Amino acid sequence: MTVATIPAPAFAIERFKLANGLRVVLAPDPGAPVVSVAVVYDVGMRSEPEGRTGFAHLFEHMMFQGSHNVGKAEHMRHVQSAGGTFNGSTHIDYTDYFNLLPSNGLELALFLEADRMRGPAITEENLANQVSVVKEEIRVNVLNRPYGGFPWIKLPAVMFDTFANSHDGYGSFVDLDAATVADAQSFFDAYYAASNAVLSVAGDFDPAEARELVERHFGNVEARPAPVHPPFDEPDLTAERRESYVDERATLPAIAVAWRVPDPVTELDDFLPFVVLGELLTDGDASRLVERLIHADRTATAVAAHTTFMAEPFASRGPTTMIIQAFLPPGTAIDTVLGTIDEELIRVGEGVEEAELDRVKARVAAQLLRGDDSVMGRSRRLATAEIFHGDAAIATRFAALLGEVTAESVARAAATLTPQRRAVLEVIPGGVQ
Amino acid sequence: MSNVVPGLAPEVPLSLPVPVERTLPNGLRVLLLRRPGVPLAEVRLSIPAAHTDLAVADLLSAALFAGTETASMTEIAQRLQGVGGALGAGADPDRIALSGNSLATGLPELLEVLGDLLKAADYPAGPLAVEQSRMIDGLSVAEQQPDFQVNRVLDERLWGDHPYGHQQPTAAEVAAVEREAVLALHASRIHPAGARLIIVGDIDTEATSAAVEKALGDWNGRGEPRGMEPLPEPVPGPLILVDRPGSVQSALRVAYPAVARTHPDNAAQHLANLIFGGYFSSRLVMNLRETKGYGYSPRSRVDHAPPGSIQLAAVDVATEVTGPALAELHAELRGMAERPPTADELDLARRYALGSVKLATATQSGVANYISVLAAGGLPLAWLAEHSERLREVTPADIQRVCAERLDPDRAVTVVLGDGAEIRESLAAFGEVESR
Repeated sequence: MTVATIPAPAFAIERFKLANGLRVVLAPDPGAPVVSVAVVYDVGMRSEPEGRTGFAHLFEHMMFQGSHNVGKAEHMRHVQSAGGTFNGSTHIDYTDYFNLLPSNGLELALFLEADRMRGPAITEENLANQVSVVKEEIRVNVLNRPYGGFPWIKLPAVMFDTFANSHDGYGSFVDLDAATVADAQSFFDAYYAASNAVLSVAGDFDPAEARELVERHFGNVEARPAPVHPPFDEPDLTAERRESYVDERATLPAIAVAWRVPDPVTELDDFLPFVVLGELLTDGDASRLVERLIHADRTATAVAAHTTFMAEPFASRGPTTMIIQAFLPPGTAIDTVLGTIDEELIRVGEGVEEAELDRVKARVAAQLLRGDDSVMGRSRRLATAEIFHGDAAIATRFAALLGEVTAESVARAAATLTPQRRAVLEVIPGGVQ
Repeated sequence: MSNVVPGLAPEVPLSLPVPVERTLPNGLRVLLLRRPGVPLAEVRLSIPAAHTDLAVADLLSAALFAGTETASMTEIAQRLQGVGGALGAGADPDRIALSGNSLATGLPELLEVLGDLLKAADYPAGPLAVEQSRMIDGLSVAEQQPDFQVNRVLDERLWGDHPYGHQQPTAAEVAAVEREAVLALHASRIHPAGARLIIVGDIDTEATSAAVEKALGDWNGRGEPRGMEPLPEPVPGPLILVDRPGSVQSALRVAYPAVARTHPDNAAQHLANLIFGGYFSSRLVMNLRETKGYGYSPRSRVDHAPPGSIQLAAVDVATEVTGPALAELHAELRGMAERPPTADELDLARRYALGSVKLATATQSGVANYISVLAAGGLPLAWLAEHSERLREVTPADIQRVCAERLDPDRAVTVVLGDGAEIRESLAAFGEVESR
């Protein structure tokens, strides 16, 4: 697939900024009578204070507990009574809140997001309630299942040394229990300014009318300075690091191998070849590692490669990573698999055929387009593109940018993934086999 | 500062697209829908497969892409990848289903690959053995997942000897499958008669129809269509405790009777389920999550399968609150009849239900899935419009009647999976406990 034949989504994008610093993105598309409203705050797990692991996520829960004109559980009730759905999610570098409604609910969603942008109504009681809910979330997703949180919870500590980069963003129960209403207020004061957020609206609406509604509801949100993001960078590894842990409910050995990669924002051109490389290695039965590890050698039962801890190459800052993770048949030695991965990376480093690269790019383009099928996905992607890349419209060009990645640059990227620079996390299956 | 919650603009009426439908001479039913938006196409193929051996059908689904008489697995994967495409398959007690997508321009190629697989999949011994061991590995992990563990017991408890009573094969059953059995299943069941192909996307329906005919017109053979017996009525009985030593949570599952989509009470049942536990603003979520903090996602849903329907309430809670959480769950279930929903509660659920239809049909993949799900029950997409009208007419009295008839803990089947040593005593308060 050549760059010229990679299709791009065909919706318009308008961008503007309010006096209080709120950046606004409008992407009208009358295709279906629904509208999505997303607000992304430029703060994630990396910014939570020491002793308060998991706080960014806990705070996201607190943003649903009511605000100036909205009581507890009323945000959900208002959205659902308009026939809509809502959610929020906390990531390494951002937190988003999103609503999808029939298009007649646009003003309601804008009102609700503006109301909590002025501050959530946090009490001892609703904080204690949500600490309990978050613990149950962690039990369901991490503690009570095999491979819970693998590898994103424990891998950062193998790769990184600073608190910001290395801690468990889901949080320890001790830290969650220690959270106070005052902590929430200072987190809000520090990071939830309008000038640290992007509002994005996608779907069936009139842009002129939406602009007026945005002004009406968000225009008088207090102007506060945006936080200065500290540099999170730290030195690359110079020698391999390995950690392992026993997972009592795991039945298969598993490994995650990770390397530092160029900064997805400030070194985008150098970063993109790693995104293509990930697909070339593990997307589908024609990919290098699936063919070799699963089908030829039978030393893996599943394998996946991606950039950034949460597989969101266009919604992350540095320092970040490329990860290859594999589940192995019982009894397989991890060094065998590591050795094979090294061999395959060296092979890629020796050169990639254009035909193979074109196939991979076609699939990457289709997957990016699929993310735009729903206006909810679209509004979230546009907002994070504005946050991280300073231009929502770049979200419609990611497929084309990946299309410009050359075979030489993919080979060069693979050649940087050497054993000395890698961090390895191993899961040792527990006693249940 | 505005402080009045704004109302809604005038409602945009539901407008459902109508798929172009035809049946090929070989019996394949084809539904095509042009839905521009992103330049992609979504493909769903459903092949009836009642009363097949579960392990064989699962292995067939996993190894369908492993090679044909003329192409290797890698060649097949390369053809799909080259058009931005992917295909996957899965089996359930009723059918073998394929699902995939590609760039819209690549749809003819995806259909050609699909045709080659359906007509000439060869299940070569090497790749088949790989898929077989991967399935066994995957099952060993799944068997440690609370949801998988509890569903297996719940299915068996609810449906017994009906094929729905055993929906996940064991590792031993998978290991025992011979290549000949997979080939025989393909030969006897992978046929167009009774099968349904759905394509939704940025497509020209006429050109796509021609591409389907070219790729699948000569897919043939004789099927052995077998119907599925209706699901039996759930029979209440002792609470079942599934011991999972060391479990830090208990998985509570409460199943109770439901009526089919075509039953006159279906619209009221839909709304009653929402009010009870079917959406965030429900009684179950407000109580168990937002008040007590017992669980992350208490929920209730109505499952409509071709041979029958069931309602299921579910929540995973910390081990130490197992008894109190189950008591609340039962109380909320009983409360649906004892404290009937108010007109406001009903209107909220109704507006949510009406909006959900618009949301679910707003994407290419959503429309493709909805067409597929409804067609499995013999209903067209247009049924959603009729259902929406019926939702508008449901009264509080209808809800009360439906709840009194079916939302009753005494008619429910309850299964709890958790650390038996820690929770057995607290469960004894609910009556007889049967341990598994």
